[in-house]
Amino acid sequence: MSNPVIKCENVFKIFGANAKKMLQDSNGNVDAQTFQNNGCIVGVNNASFEVSKGEMLVVMGLSGSGKSTLLRCISRLTDATGGKIYIEGQDLLKLNNKELIDLRRNKMGMVFQSFALLPHKTVVENIAFPLQIKGIEIEDSISKAMDMVKLVGLEGRENYFPRELSGGQQQRVGIARSLAVEPDIWFLDEPFSALDPLIRKEMQDEFLRLQDKLQKTIMFITHDFDEALKLADRIAIMKDGVIEQLDTPANIVLNPATEYVRKFTEEVPREKVLLIEDVMDKSVTKDLSDLKVSKDETIENVAEKILTQEKTVAVIDDNNKVVGSINPTKIINTVFGGRKNN
Amino acid sequence: MEILKKYPKTFQWLFLLIIFFALCFAIEVPETYKFIRGQAEFVKDPNQSFYVFLGKEVRYYPFDVFWRLPPLLGWLPIWINDSLFFLMNEWLPMEFWNETTQSYKTRPLVLQITREVTSIMTFLIELIRDILLGGLKTIVAFTSWDFVGSNSWAKMPGLPWTIVAAGAAILAYKLSGKGLALFAGLVMVYISVFGQWKPSMQTLSFILVAAPLSFVFGLGLGIAAFKNKRVEKALYPVLLVMQTMPQYAVLVPALVLFGVGDHAAVIITMIVAVPPMILLTLIGLRAVPPEVIEAGRMSGCNNWQLMFKVLIPTARRDILIGVNQVIMVCFSMAVISAFIGAKGLGFNLLLALNQLNIGLALEAGLCISLIAILLDKMSLAWANKQVDYFGNLTFFERNKNAYYFSIAVAIGVVLAYLGSFYFEEGYNYLFEVPHNKGISTADFWNKGVDWIFDTFFVYIKAFNTWLIVEVLQPMRALYLRMPAVATIVLVVGAGYLIGGIRSALVVCGLTLFIALSPWWDRALVTTYMATFGVIVSCIIGFTVGTLCFQNKHSANFMLGVCDIFQTFPSFVYLIPVMMLFGITDTSVLIAVIVYATIPATRYTIEGLRSVPIALHDAATMSGVNKFQRLTKIEFPLAFPHMMLGLNQTIVFALFMVIIGAFIGTEDLGQYILKALSDKNGAGIGLTLGICVAFIGLIFDNLIRTWVEKRKHHLGIT
Repeated sequence: MSNPVIKCENVFKIFGANAKKMLQDSNGNVDAQTFQNNGCIVGVNNASFEVSKGEMLVVMGLSGSGKSTLLRCISRLTDATGGKIYIEGQDLLKLNNKELIDLRRNKMGMVFQSFALLPHKTVVENIAFPLQIKGIEIEDSISKAMDMVKLVGLEGRENYFPRELSGGQQQRVGIARSLAVEPDIWFLDEPFSALDPLIRKEMQDEFLRLQDKLQKTIMFITHDFDEALKLADRIAIMKDGVIEQLDTPANIVLNPATEYVRKFTEEVPREKVLLIEDVMDKSVTKDLSDLKVSKDETIENVAEKILTQEKTVAVIDDNNKVVGSINPTKIINTVFGGRKNN
Repeated sequence: MEILKKYPKTFQWLFLLIIFFALCFAIEVPETYKFIRGQAEFVKDPNQSFYVFLGKEVRYYPFDVFWRLPPLLGWLPIWINDSLFFLMNEWLPMEFWNETTQSYKTRPLVLQITREVTSIMTFLIELIRDILLGGLKTIVAFTSWDFVGSNSWAKMPGLPWTIVAAGAAILAYKLSGKGLALFAGLVMVYISVFGQWKPSMQTLSFILVAAPLSFVFGLGLGIAAFKNKRVEKALYPVLLVMQTMPQYAVLVPALVLFGVGDHAAVIITMIVAVPPMILLTLIGLRAVPPEVIEAGRMSGCNNWQLMFKVLIPTARRDILIGVNQVIMVCFSMAVISAFIGAKGLGFNLLLALNQLNIGLALEAGLCISLIAILLDKMSLAWANKQVDYFGNLTFFERNKNAYYFSIAVAIGVVLAYLGSFYFEEGYNYLFEVPHNKGISTADFWNKGVDWIFDTFFVYIKAFNTWLIVEVLQPMRALYLRMPAVATIVLVVGAGYLIGGIRSALVVCGLTLFIALSPWWDRALVTTYMATFGVIVSCIIGFTVGTLCFQNKHSANFMLGVCDIFQTFPSFVYLIPVMMLFGITDTSVLIAVIVYATIPATRYTIEGLRSVPIALHDAATMSGVNKFQRLTKIEFPLAFPHMMLGLNQTIVFALFMVIIGAFIGTEDLGQYILKALSDKNGAGIGLTLGICVAFIGLIFDNLIRTWVEKRKHHLGIT
């Protein structure tokens, strides 16, 4: 945790002719409306956060909330108007063009919402493209790309053109291409938004499987709160360029920081999101029932068993050590309590 | 009043028309007015007035300003001419090293530059020509005439036609496959057997220089315009004018700058072919989705890689259309530039047309068209070629085409050698079939034409007379009867009603330029011919397009036919019509109609196709029948795109009208043709060309503005 892979300090992105000057005058206190009246549009407003190695940060927000802009600042597809961005300790905004290209060729991979495949190249050529750009021999790049084709399960389709593939398959190509150079940092810009719900679920599972294997540092953009909950280590919720809350999924569901965040959490099926660990009582009472549940189970999985008990249930960790307890009423309160209609 | 509020536009248009007709009736035709035939205004005549501007005397017949504006721009052609001569012969003399005389020589800069360009072009053309046909000019370029004179071996032997044909077939096979290979082989054999080898190879060598150069320059400038807004802004007006400028008109200034011959033809071809290439490159690059660019950047592309590995390949579709255009223009120019001494098929074609030898013209025309189609298909196949990484090929398989070609070379050489024994006397047909010594079907065609002419003479003549007397003459008279002021009011009013004040001003400027030039009457004749052609073309194209659209296969077939017809050089269209109607306006107009129907048909089909399927289904579910669906849904939605087709139709029609001057028309084209043989023709040719371009641009502006508004209104972008 000591050395964050991505670190943002007061990042601003403001579109408009004299954005830079206005930002300086505002002393870091940006009011979107004032800026808009002066012909500037605020994309990202004072974003500060860190992403550590192997962590997946999901940025959630509705369209126009600035989440894609934030990602583009960090990948420097667009230059941030103000603030500092560090990638593995390097000041991103100070890199010259050559260093930036070097960084992208070796450290970064990105997946796009509309897949952004090169229409004139086949599946395997698309995947080999970043390798060839790096200057790797055609033969080596193709054989490496074939490994990637296997990784995303597209064997037998390596000579297809993007137009001959379904959306899900195209995005698999996009994913394979972004992974071809074995980057440490993986950016995904709404990768599954353009897909059908069933395919989306399949791809999310696939994605989790991949991440389990690869352990990349990830920034994942989505407008789907359920997707964010399912994938994230931590979630940043954005509105009008401002990060409203940045926390673990459980904390966001249990303690929404603002009214805006609360609206998202209201409809969330908590039993599916929260783990026993999130709601358990850390103190261990003496009068426990015989049932023991693991702290890593979701409420959904063990609720039935717990609710049949009359006494408080012990919670154990992987080593069978009792780390806490949970009372059946707590389960009922968590799942059904605190909702609008009650 | 109610009605007036309900249809304000209709009444505005009605009002405009009323003013126009009122002006037409109010302004009498002056008694002294008559259409000037020939070049009578250059003859000194006591009835003429004159004024002097910039030291140039401009003579003209004065009329009431409401009837015809005085030619206040009459000095422009003379001034352009003088400026060109000044640039060429006097401006900025500098010292240049002369290789042959081993001394410094003083020469004006522009002259030196044009001479340098000329020598490069000539060298390139001669190099390809020497390879294909044999010769010693390339060797001379590296050594000297003396060296060649003393060493009789120093001469490129040229390739036997069998080798070129085999080479073309193998190349086509490598690029595309058996089908194209067969086509390539057949084309080459046809050319050879029909005795068109030499002129064909001359034309080919010209095109192999002009087309790649045009492509490279067009692509380069297109990229520059894409990267830099200022370059784009500077290029844009030039591109617009060049799009509607008749190719003839460029010939004359280039003649002055670069002289006569193939090299000048290449340069002119580039001038004409580069603008559409720039435009299409720009359009293509603009249309690349931003995410694809970002994907390229994130893959670590530097600017160069991003442009050539991501942007250009992604924009391939539009760039390929550009290549297609370049090839089309090159072949079209291959004919037209015969006027300034380019050798090859074009020259033969013109000669045959001049002699009214329709059969010969047909053969030359067919050769040009076949080569054009072949090159078009090959360039397309080249761009779409796919690499096979997994073939696991042996060394032989990977290089088999090279093997085949070496075998072909060997066989060709042996055959040619054997041929020299077999055809001991006369020509070695296995080496090269000499010009006009092959099989010729010219007699057959000529006899056929004679037969048609003899058999149907009465009907053709009757139709011809009827068309000219009953339709064309009155229409022409009507156009000429318009007072200049009335025309300007009509055009500017239309501009205002369609596009507001901005459009009105643009259109007004363009019209005034023509009105103030000495050629208003001629411009009216050009417009009348173009209008007639456009109206008929649109009716035909619209009907054919709509009918073909009813069935997917017929629509595809029709688009294919349009593709092929578009590949024909424009001059070729004159051949069949001259066969039937001889040297009359009818011939020109029919050529115009055939040529201009292509875009009309194409855009009709494409427009109807662009109607979203969802709307189609929605209409069907509302219970419309086929006819209702066509009139209520498809036409209104396809109309903007079809109007763009009208725009193209006008451009095509104008082109052909101007080319029709070759047959003999009394419009701007006639003057352009005359300017070719005039030593002061450069300025006149260019000004005339600009006049024609402006006629096109007036319609272009009006139609485009309307289409944009309409599309916005319908919510299609």
